[in-house]
Amino acid sequence: MVALLTDQPLLAALSALLGLGAVFGALLGFAAIRFRVEGNPISEQINALLPQTQCGQCGYPGCRPYSEAIADGDTINKCPPGGEETIQALADLLDVEPQPLDAEHGTEKEPVVAWIREAECIGCTKCIQACPVDAILGAAKVMHTVIADECTGCDLCIEPCPVDCIDLIPRKSGIGFWHWPLPEDRAPRFDVIATDGTARDAA
Amino acid sequence: MSLLKVTSPHVAGQSRVSSVMRDVLLATIPGVVVLTAYFGPGTLVNIVFGGLIAVACEYAVTAWRGRDPRVAISDLSILVTSTLLCIALPPYAPWWLIVIGVLTAVLLGKQVFGGLGYNPFNPAMVGYVVLLISFPVQMSAWAPPRGLTDVPGLGETLRHLFAPGTIDAVTAATPLDLLRQNTGLLFDDLMSSRAELGGWGGVGWVQANIAFLVGGIWLLYRKTFTWHAPLAMLGALSLCALIGYDGGSSESGGSALFHLFSGATMFAAFFIITDPVSSAVSNRGRLIFGALIGALVYLIRVLGNYPDAVAFAVLILNFCAPFIDHYTQPKVYGTRNKDV
Amino acid sequence: MRTIHDIHGGVHPPERKELSQPGRLSDAPLPAHLVLPLRQHLGVPAAPCVVVGDTVLGGQQIAEAQGPMSVPVHAPTSGSIVAIESRPIAHASGLEDHCIVLETDGQDQWVTCVGTADWRAEHPVTLVERVKDAGIAGMGGAGFPTAVKLAPRPTRNIETLLINGTECEPYITADDTLMQCHADELVEGAQILAHIVSADAVLIGIEDNKPDAITRIAAAIERSGADIELATFPTKYPSGGEKQIIEILTGQQVPSGGIPADIGLVCVNPGTAVAAKRAIVDGKPLTHRIVTLTGESLSTPQNVTACLGTPITWLMAHAGLSAAPQQRIIHGGPMMGFAVSDLEAPITKITNCLLAPTVTELPLPEPAKPCIRCGHCAEACPASLLPQQLYWYARAKDQEQLAEHRLFDCIECGACAYVCPSQIPLVQYYRAAKGQIRDSEQEKRRSDNSRERFEARQARLEAGAAAREAKRAARKAAAADKAAEGGFDPIQAAIERAKARKTEQDQGADREPAQ
Repeated sequence: MVALLTDQPLLAALSALLGLGAVFGALLGFAAIRFRVEGNPISEQINALLPQTQCGQCGYPGCRPYSEAIADGDTINKCPPGGEETIQALADLLDVEPQPLDAEHGTEKEPVVAWIREAECIGCTKCIQACPVDAILGAAKVMHTVIADECTGCDLCIEPCPVDCIDLIPRKSGIGFWHWPLPEDRAPRFDVIATDGTARDAA
Repeated sequence: MSLLKVTSPHVAGQSRVSSVMRDVLLATIPGVVVLTAYFGPGTLVNIVFGGLIAVACEYAVTAWRGRDPRVAISDLSILVTSTLLCIALPPYAPWWLIVIGVLTAVLLGKQVFGGLGYNPFNPAMVGYVVLLISFPVQMSAWAPPRGLTDVPGLGETLRHLFAPGTIDAVTAATPLDLLRQNTGLLFDDLMSSRAELGGWGGVGWVQANIAFLVGGIWLLYRKTFTWHAPLAMLGALSLCALIGYDGGSSESGGSALFHLFSGATMFAAFFIITDPVSSAVSNRGRLIFGALIGALVYLIRVLGNYPDAVAFAVLILNFCAPFIDHYTQPKVYGTRNKDV
Repeated sequence: MRTIHDIHGGVHPPERKELSQPGRLSDAPLPAHLVLPLRQHLGVPAAPCVVVGDTVLGGQQIAEAQGPMSVPVHAPTSGSIVAIESRPIAHASGLEDHCIVLETDGQDQWVTCVGTADWRAEHPVTLVERVKDAGIAGMGGAGFPTAVKLAPRPTRNIETLLINGTECEPYITADDTLMQCHADELVEGAQILAHIVSADAVLIGIEDNKPDAITRIAAAIERSGADIELATFPTKYPSGGEKQIIEILTGQQVPSGGIPADIGLVCVNPGTAVAAKRAIVDGKPLTHRIVTLTGESLSTPQNVTACLGTPITWLMAHAGLSAAPQQRIIHGGPMMGFAVSDLEAPITKITNCLLAPTVTELPLPEPAKPCIRCGHCAEACPASLLPQQLYWYARAKDQEQLAEHRLFDCIECGACAYVCPSQIPLVQYYRAAKGQIRDSEQEKRRSDNSRERFEARQARLEAGAAAREAKRAARKAAAADKAAEGGFDPIQAAIERAKARKTEQDQGADREPAQ
């Protein structure tokens, strides 16, 4: 046997490589089974990046199903409430190219919360059953109200309401939410407010 | 009355990009004058010719990229690049060498990365290295200093530039060349063996280095850059030379003085490695940056294939600059007792 | 002699202090309306405790503090409340905020003010309450509720109370004027604050470009006989930052993310100290402040004591503004101030200066060039940051690297942008990046909360469904058992009951035909 190998260097090389391949393949296979991590942890990390509005605009019934779909290979640009920031974060996590938001699934809008016009509410509880995060307080024949701090703005309560008394109002407006914008490249550093100094006259 | 909405700060200091660049150009004047005095008008003609090509190229490319070309030219950065490159080139190089070098520096060294402020490598050194590797013969055709032969006049210089085949090239080896080619002579003997070596560093070369040193000190006074990178480079180079001096034997790497005042050392220390865009950001980083360049210059000069090593050393350290930056962040206020 | 240390970096912009004649103080005339924002401080806005139509006296509380990080608002003079609504305020955003609008009656009648001269006998906690009730917030520009700053910290002793008389920004002379004109009140105020925080020492720090203020304060200290140290140090911007003056006078650095109390110091603006004295000793709430009106567009630049809520346009007219067709009015100084977008906006507790420059005096900023990585910004930064890297990461929106380079240690002084040869508005990048990071963190908290609620709801629904399923299975099992015993089969019994009822109904229907 050894004489055969030394006489035929090609055979020796082939058998050496095949042997090594077999050994390492067996090792890796064993490790894949013995040290297997249960479940799919990447989908947990993906879910942590999604905005949790549970709105379904991505086509999946909630954020967790979408995160599992992404882990299985779906594209990352289907979430309008997450917007560009979420797409970028997912691209960084999964080491893929960020893509622009898929317009089929919606456009990035400013964050909103639901608000019930209490004068028109009939206490039917349909919106309470629809809310994925239990953000609506109320019971049958009792006034319903949205807890603004818990509402994600998913708009799943709008459809079921038989008297159409729910509005979506901007969540982040007013001076408390303002912050400086990034300066634009090559834009002039000042702009003119064309008033005579009193905005109220112009209004 | 309309109100103007402006962001703070509403007052600005005096320094501008164009004034920084202008100061650098002014600081090259002593060196260029000395080079012209010793080697003839070759360098000066190259600078003018190269400058014209560079400005035209930058104008065209910036316009093509959709930016305002006059803004790009007015900050004088491209003139600095072309001037530094042309100072580094041999004085009687043919026109096509200069054109290729300048175009490479502008396009490959600067514009392809996004223009001013975006180039990871020193553009002049990119142009120089491309020429050195592609045209080694033309790039080693240095002129002998005045006194040994007559230096060409202006007319002859222009003929060298535009009609290179028509004139007999008069070339001479540089002191660094001679050191590399040395076999058997003790260092001191080598230095006195050839007239152009003038005893210790090379006639014309020593004076040019001193002139660039003067320019560099003026720039330090003007606070164009800090002392860290130049001092570190010169210090490291001297230290390596002292270590490698080997008592002046025939294997010697050359004395510290020789290395400091020969070749492009002072020019590199004050004009090349201080290019802010491609060097390290913090002062501690600049110390390391300069020191490594000094050490590399010595090593490549003594052990490498090329006589002068500045361009390669600078490019290698340009690669390393982000890494150096990462590890030399200054201690932020309030973090003295914490692990950053 | 105290060792004076130096801060890293710093710049020397032209001071232009003499333009507003520091040391000369006059009262601004009373405007017809005062607009008092409910938030003139850092924290939760106050809530109005008056309604439209009420008549109020000077010094009367018109808005109550809402919790610990809040400060009440008082009427600066007598008049009637004409509106409680959104009005333009002096803010970089140009947005509006809730304000109480007071129509002044010119009588300037005040509530009776009850103070106590013997404050040394009072417990610090009582004094802190009075400081809060007087509506005092930091008057140096940040508006931090002073009562919170003075509240005792259980973990660390306060060794020094520091009065920050630096006023390093060019043009502003409000504190200088205060120190010259109200030196005695400042000295007493400093002692009161030191008593409140139980400080071992009182230190007043003044930059050496204010020789008159230094003389007056030294004389006042002498007169009071108190053991107060007066330290002077070389002029440099931004020595007046709280962290910077502490480093200069003590050589120590406030730990990153911490406050001066962590190293045993409390640092207070001179205006705040005088306001504290007036609140404790004279019983007067914070209703007026000194404002520097300066800039070459004004014919009479000056320092005035003005009512809070005075519209900016009123003060500009008083100082003789001759506006250019396109005019900048800067709230604050030239390094850190912002341009006002509506001149009807009022001055507040944090307005120390209104600057109306001409374009020759302060040229308009040039368009930004690319960064040439020169590093001048890093040399100028008093916090030893790398502004250049912060700039690149802010543009790239790389929040991780911004945190690693300590973006939140930036004090937004503007020294980096001042020296930048490419004229890049660096500080705006940092402000924007900080805002985005705070925003993302808030969004993250919200979404984590939503996820928990969603999962809790899912768990509840599943538990409910499982419980119902279990009950149904149990009933089915029970029925099957019963049927197996050969006894009562409830389903069969129910079917028979239904049949019986049906036959009854049919019989009933037969007997009584349709009516």
